[in-house]
Amino acid sequence: MLRSYLARFSRGIALLALCVIVSLATPVFLTSDNLLNVARQASLLLILSTGMTVVILVGGTDLSIGSIAALSSCLVAPFFLRGASTLQIVLGIILGLGVGAVLGFLNGLMISKIGLPPFVATYGMNQIARGIALAYMAGNITYGFGPTFRYLGAGMLYGIPVPVIIAAAVFLLFYFLLSKTVFGRQVYVVGARPSVATFSGISVPETMLKVYTINGLVAAFGGLVFISRLNAAEAGLGETFPLQAIGAVAIGGTSFRGGIGGVTGTIIGALIVTVLTNAMNLLGVSTLWQTAVTGAVIILAVVLDQGLVAQGVGAALVMRRNRRVRAEA
Amino acid sequence: MERAVLEMHQITKQFPGVLALDKVDFDLYPGEVHILLGENGAGKSTLMKTLAGAHEPDSGTIVVDGREVRIRNPKQAQALGISIIYQEFTLIPYLTVAQNIFLAREPLRWGMRGLVDRDRLYADSTAILKTLGISVDPRSVVSTLGVAQQQLVEVAKALSLNARILIMDEPTATLSDQEIEQLFGIIHNLKSRGVGVIYISHRLQEVGQIGDRVTVLRDGRSVGTYNVADVDINTLIKLMVGREVMEKADRRSLPNAPEALRVSHLHRNGVLHDVNLVVREGEIVGLAGLVGSGRTELARAIFGIDPFDSGEIVLLGKRLVATNPSLSIRLGLGLLPEDRKSDGLALILPVKDNVTHASLTRLFPSFILDFRKERAIAERYVRDLRIATPNIFRQVGFLSGGNQQKVVLAKWLATQSRVLIFDEPTRGIDVGAKAEVHDFMRQLARQGVAILMISSDLPEIVSMSDRVYVMREGTIVKELEGEDINQETIIGYAMGKGEGQ
Ligand SMILES: Nc1ncnc2c1ncn2[C@@H]1O[C@H](COP(=O)(O)OP(=O)(O)OP(=O)(O)O)[C@@H](O)[C@H]1O
Ligand SMILES: [Mg+2]
Repeated sequence: MLRSYLARFSRGIALLALCVIVSLATPVFLTSDNLLNVARQASLLLILSTGMTVVILVGGTDLSIGSIAALSSCLVAPFFLRGASTLQIVLGIILGLGVGAVLGFLNGLMISKIGLPPFVATYGMNQIARGIALAYMAGNITYGFGPTFRYLGAGMLYGIPVPVIIAAAVFLLFYFLLSKTVFGRQVYVVGARPSVATFSGISVPETMLKVYTINGLVAAFGGLVFISRLNAAEAGLGETFPLQAIGAVAIGGTSFRGGIGGVTGTIIGALIVTVLTNAMNLLGVSTLWQTAVTGAVIILAVVLDQGLVAQGVGAALVMRRNRRVRAEA
Repeated sequence: MERAVLEMHQITKQFPGVLALDKVDFDLYPGEVHILLGENGAGKSTLMKTLAGAHEPDSGTIVVDGREVRIRNPKQAQALGISIIYQEFTLIPYLTVAQNIFLAREPLRWGMRGLVDRDRLYADSTAILKTLGISVDPRSVVSTLGVAQQQLVEVAKALSLNARILIMDEPTATLSDQEIEQLFGIIHNLKSRGVGVIYISHRLQEVGQIGDRVTVLRDGRSVGTYNVADVDINTLIKLMVGREVMEKADRRSLPNAPEALRVSHLHRNGVLHDVNLVVREGEIVGLAGLVGSGRTELARAIFGIDPFDSGEIVLLGKRLVATNPSLSIRLGLGLLPEDRKSDGLALILPVKDNVTHASLTRLFPSFILDFRKERAIAERYVRDLRIATPNIFRQVGFLSGGNQQKVVLAKWLATQSRVLIFDEPTRGIDVGAKAEVHDFMRQLARQGVAILMISSDLPEIVSMSDRVYVMREGTIVKELEGEDINQETIIGYAMGKGEGQ
C-alpha cells in the first residue's frame, strides 16, 4: 500500500529529498535569488522537454531540436534588432515558429511516409539544419536586440522571470493537450500499439506528422526564448538541447517504448536536472565533473523507476478506487 | 491406485484488488487428462501459472511426486518436468521454428557456451516435429506461419522438454477441426506414455472427447472434481456459471430489408477474387470457411486495413472504390479484429481508454474529452457484458483472456456502427459469456444493425446466422439459407465439395 504510493510519487519525493539535502549543504540554495535563478534555468529545458515528451510518447525521438532552434532563430534574428517595431517582432516570431514547424513536419514526413527510423531521420535533419545555419551565418553573430524582444527571455513580471511564466504556460497547454483532448488519447494509443490505433480509425502517419510538427515548433520557440535571454544568435547554439531534453523526459518516467508517461513527470525531471546542476555550481564541483554526475543520475533514476513504477502507478490507483467501491457498497 | 504426480493443496493467490485463487485443491495422475473449466477470470490460468513458476502462490502447498516443492521460476518448473503451453503465444516471431523449440537450451557444439550446433538443432527439431506428425519446416521463421501452425509449434516446444506434467491453456482456441484432431492424437499418445495433462478449454464438447476427470473453478474457488463419465455438460455449465444457460437458434429471413453492405467483384491479387456479398439491415450473416480461406483478409479489405485491386463496396448507400479505417468508422462500419492482443487492445492502457478508442471523434466532437461521459460509457459496458475487472481504470493487460475479448467487443459496440464485422467474436469466451454475447448480437440485429460474423466455430455459425456464405480459396463458393444451414453442408462446401466435376 505505502509502497505503491511511494512509487507513484517517487520522482516528486526524489526532487524534494534533493532540495533538502542541497539546502542543508549550502545555505545559499534556499535564497530567493538562487531559486529564481534555478527557475529561470529550468524554464528553457522545460519548454524543450515538454515537446520531447510527446515525441517519446508516440514511441519516437527527436535529435534535431537544437539545430531547428538554431536555424529558425538565426533566420529571424534580424527582425528583433534594436529599433524594430512591435509588428516586426511579432512577424519575426511567427516566421521563426513557422520555420521550426516546417522542419518538424519534414521530420514527420520522413518517419511516417518514408518509414525511416526516428533516430535516423532526425539525426539527418539535425545535420542539415545545422549545416544551413552555419552556411547562412558564415561565422557571424547577430546581436543587440531591442528591449521588447528581450523581455521574452530576460524580463520580469510581478517579480517572476518571464521565461518561467512562459514555461508554465507551455506546460499547462501540453498537460491539457495530452490528458484532456482527443489528440492526447490518439498519441497514447499510437505509442502503445500502432496497429490498434489503425484498427480504431486513428491514422498513425497523421498522428506522427502532427507530433513532429509540434515538436519542431516547440524547438523554434525554445530557440527564440534562448536568443532573447542571450541577446545574441549564432549558428552553433543549442547543440546540447536534444540530449538534455531526452534526459529530462527519461528522469520524468516517460517510457521509451511509448504510450506511458506524461508532462507532469517531465517537469519534475527537468527540475531534478536543473537543481542538481545548480547545487554542483554552488558547492563548487568542477564543471568538468558535472556532466558525468548528471549522466549517473539519469541512469539511477531510470533504474529505480523500472522496479517501482511498473507495479506502482496502476496498483495505487486500483487500490484507492477499490477502497472507495467497498466503502460505497 | 497409482500415486498422484501432482497435488496442490489450498492454493491462494491475491492480486491487487482481486482474490484470483482461494484455497484451491487440485491433483493429477500419470496418464490422465484432467480438464480445468471455469468462466473467464475464474482463475484457471493463474492456477497453472503457479505451477509454471510464473506466479508464486501466497499460501498453499504444491507436491510433485510426493515431495513438497516451491516453484519460483520457469527453470525450476522445467526441472520438475512441468511444461506449459500458454493461452497467449510466447514464441519469438523473428526466430525460426527450431530456434524457438530449443530456446535457451540449444544443443551446443563441443559443449561450448554460446556456440550453437545448428545441424543438431535442426535435426532434433525435425525429429520432434515428425514424431508429433506436425508438418512445419523447422527452418521457417515463426512470423511467417499462420496462427494454427504457431500453436502446433508451441505444442512441439513444450513436448520437447520431456514433460511429465503438461499444461495446455486453451490450445484449441485458434485451431481448425482438422488440427484439433491432430492435437488429440498427440494427447492420446502422451497419455499412453504416462504423461499427465492438464487441459483448459472453453469448448465444452472437448470434455467428453479427451477428458478423464474435470475440475470446475468459480470465482477463484474449486467447486468440485468429477469423473467425466459421471457428469453431463449441462451440469458442468451450471457449476461454472451458477445458473442455466439457454441458447436457442432463431433464424430470421429478411429478403426485403435495405442493403447495408454490398461487396461486388472485390479482387486483391493472390488473396481475394471476385468476392460478392450482401448484408442487409438487421441481418446476421455468417461467413464460414477453413482457416486460411481468406475470411479475415476479406474483412480487412472491406474495412480498409488492406487495399484491394478492383471491385466496389457500397456501404450504407455510399459507393467506395477504396477505403480506410477512419473513413469506414465514420460511415458506420466497424471491424472487431481476430487478434485481440496485436490489433484489438492496447494492453498497457486502461479499460476505459480501450473502450473509447474507436469512437473518440464521435463521442467528443469538440475534441475535448468529457471524463464523465467516458466513464459512464465504460462502466455501462463493463456491467452489460459482465467484464470481470475491479474497475475501469485497470490496465487491460491484467484482465483474463476472455475478459480482454469482452473489452474488444465493448470497444466496437461503443462505436454504435450500423454495420459490424465480427472476426471470431467469441474465441476464448466462456459458455455463459458466449450466450450473452450472442444475445447482444441478436439485440443489435433487432435494432437494425447489419452483422457479418466470421467464425470457425460451426455450431456458432449454425445457431446465429440468418444466412451463411462459405468461403474457399479467396472467394465465396456458396450462399446458404434456411434449412441448408447445417454443419455438414457448410463443411462440405468449405472443403471443396462439388468442385472439378
Ligand atoms: N498479473 C496479474 N495482475 C493482476 N491481476 C491479475 C493478473 N493475472 C490475472 N489477474 C486477475 O486474476 C483473475 C483470474 O485471472 P485468470 O487469467 O486466471 O482467469 P482465467 O480463468 O484464465 O480466465 P480466461 O478464461 O478468461 O482465460 C482475473 O480477475 C484477472 O483479472
Ligand atoms: Mg486464462
